[in-house]
Amino acid sequence: MIRDYFRVLTINLTTGQGNIVEVGGRNEAAGGSGLAALLFGRFGHVDKPWSEPAQPLIFTIGPLTGYFPLMSKTVCAFKSPSHNQYAESHAGGRSALALRFADLDALVITGKAGKPSCISVGSRHLAIKEVHYLWGMDVFATGKYLRNMFRGSGHRSILRIGPAGEQGSPMACINADTYRHFGRLGGGAVMGAKNLKGIVIQGDASFLLPENREYPKIFEEVHNQLTDTDMMSKYHNLGTPVNVMLLNDLKSLPVRNLQQTADPHIGGISGEKFAEAALLRNNACSGCPVGCIHIGFVRERFHDENRYLYRQVAYDHEPIFATGSMLGVLDCFEVLGIMDVVERMGLDVMSAGVALAWATEAFEKGLISEAETIVPLKFGDAERYKQAMQFLAMGTNEFYQTLGRGTMSAAGRYNGKDFACVLGQEMAGYATGEVFFASQALGFRHSHLDSAGYSFDQKPGGKNAGKAIDFLVKDEQGRVFLTSMVACLFARSVYNDELLGRCLNSVGYAELAEKMSDVSRFIQKLRWKTRIATGFDPGSVSIPKRFTEVVNWKGPIDTGYLEALREEYAKRILEMSADDERKSEEKV
Amino acid sequence: MKILTTPKMERCIGCHSCSLACARLVHKRLSWDTAGIRIRTSGGLSTGFEARNCLACNPAPCAQACPTGAYSQRKGGGVLVRKKLCIRCGECAKACPVDAIFLDHTGEPFVCIHCSRCVQYCPHDCLEMKELEEESGTAETEEDLNS
Repeated sequence: MIRDYFRVLTINLTTGQGNIVEVGGRNEAAGGSGLAALLFGRFGHVDKPWSEPAQPLIFTIGPLTGYFPLMSKTVCAFKSPSHNQYAESHAGGRSALALRFADLDALVITGKAGKPSCISVGSRHLAIKEVHYLWGMDVFATGKYLRNMFRGSGHRSILRIGPAGEQGSPMACINADTYRHFGRLGGGAVMGAKNLKGIVIQGDASFLLPENREYPKIFEEVHNQLTDTDMMSKYHNLGTPVNVMLLNDLKSLPVRNLQQTADPHIGGISGEKFAEAALLRNNACSGCPVGCIHIGFVRERFHDENRYLYRQVAYDHEPIFATGSMLGVLDCFEVLGIMDVVERMGLDVMSAGVALAWATEAFEKGLISEAETIVPLKFGDAERYKQAMQFLAMGTNEFYQTLGRGTMSAAGRYNGKDFACVLGQEMAGYATGEVFFASQALGFRHSHLDSAGYSFDQKPGGKNAGKAIDFLVKDEQGRVFLTSMVACLFARSVYNDELLGRCLNSVGYAELAEKMSDVSRFIQKLRWKTRIATGFDPGSVSIPKRFTEVVNWKGPIDTGYLEALREEYAKRILEMSADDERKSEEKV
Repeated sequence: MKILTTPKMERCIGCHSCSLACARLVHKRLSWDTAGIRIRTSGGLSTGFEARNCLACNPAPCAQACPTGAYSQRKGGGVLVRKKLCIRCGECAKACPVDAIFLDHTGEPFVCIHCSRCVQYCPHDCLEMKELEEESGTAETEEDLNS
């Protein structure tokens, strides 16, 4: 529905009361990332801890959601259990279109249910159902029960948490429609703290389309660009796992807790190997004809008499890096086996994999022993990692509880900060160099998707920190606008500013189209202001020693350059978040 | 006379491009529901997808059930739809043996008119227009029904 305001459903789990709120600011905050920050300003509490029932869990979509292909993602925002500051996590699946067809621009959940509960919402219904019998169930079992408890198969989204979220682990994700995740920064624990096991969003509304000639024309143009050209082949063919071999060739793949950046046996977990041996089928987010979701299988013999079961596990570059190369597990089926446990437990795969990589090195160095890890951890030992993932999700002992609060927490408690691969949160799967390390350490989401630092590392040119940070800030601004629409960032080469402007115009958002540059700057600033108001100090960010020891295709890391980047980026973030009063005065 | 068939649903990735195209191009709406072809899972996302669409019955029970002539028999199979005549009684949807007709919350029915406009949007060629032999009641093969 095209409207010049945001239609927001707030649900207070303490009272069980829902409320439709009309929120202004469409032409300033657009939607998605911008809307999430706007809503946190209205419903969030910068000075209260993340686990306070009053804190909101926010889901937002954008003005183009559902109207164009690959406008298919949802932004989830909350105060993070990982750093107790404002955070965003994004996911595909069906939740974006489900919210669109539930006629909501945003869903804001506050309060805490008295007993484990789940929310069911659609365009013409809202219910909060007590589900104590689902508490303790893994992500897949929970999904199966929820799908039978509510109507709307195929045209709904089912978000849920596993044991990790129930335990309040900052490494807990929110599973979205089985194969996608609001993975990072602990959204699953926020649901757990609210006694909220699941959210079922039914997309049962229908809207008349804009009556003009432009909309269908531009739709065709976008669809053709996305499907007829080779622009998306990377995501369609091998998918993101194509990066495993490419990064290994560049000596930029984190291996064995980043003690190495390549391995001669990496072929066992390359994108090519997964496609050849383990790829079962593909899947798509609703509204995306590309279908980048790659689903592999795990076959498990459970009786001697040739009795097998099989499981389906979605894979991507990041999970392969986190449970494969980072743990020294170089067999694609063993990697899928670890991922399967991670999925069931409802852990963020990147955080969990990197955490166990640190624990393994700490074990090897004698900083911890089986008294802490319960099972001996050894790079390459997939079976032990499967057990350890369960201990991590359940917080089985003090060690795993500490590790679950973040690798740096455990590194502080048991020593070993030097080799904790943490850049704001556990690292992403790129060791391309100084610019990426600085970009993840300081980036808003501490994500490889905040900006293309990994790409800048691969461009020729000198080591100019100012120029590099100019690039990161500008790139972030463009991405922030896309995540306010809310586009899948895989489509960023198609959705350039000119096309986005035409898309917005064609569905009736002429003012937004006119002000895109101002709006993206406003959102970028609003997000940073919100983050800093909740306690982020970019000047205090440090980059662990392990990152300075990396040697990749360019040679050793230049620690002076890395420090210059860190300082410059921290300075620019503070500038971005500062009020414009001084600049305004200068203009006057 | 051609009809829409769904012979390769094993390939379906659940992108909903077909449903969205039908809603957009035929019914001028943005919707998952108000479309002549709708996609759902067989039993959750790990089980693959199936299509809900008109099988081009001849005679068509929905046309026979329609009391106002809004639905009439399409030559060869399926129905011709004249929405102006529809009184939103829902009898067509009740009569359809394969749940191919969607009623929105106002009771307006949506059914496939075999126009082929969805076909080109399927990225995996799951859908095909098929020439209908005059004698046959439907165009689906055994393989299709099992898929």
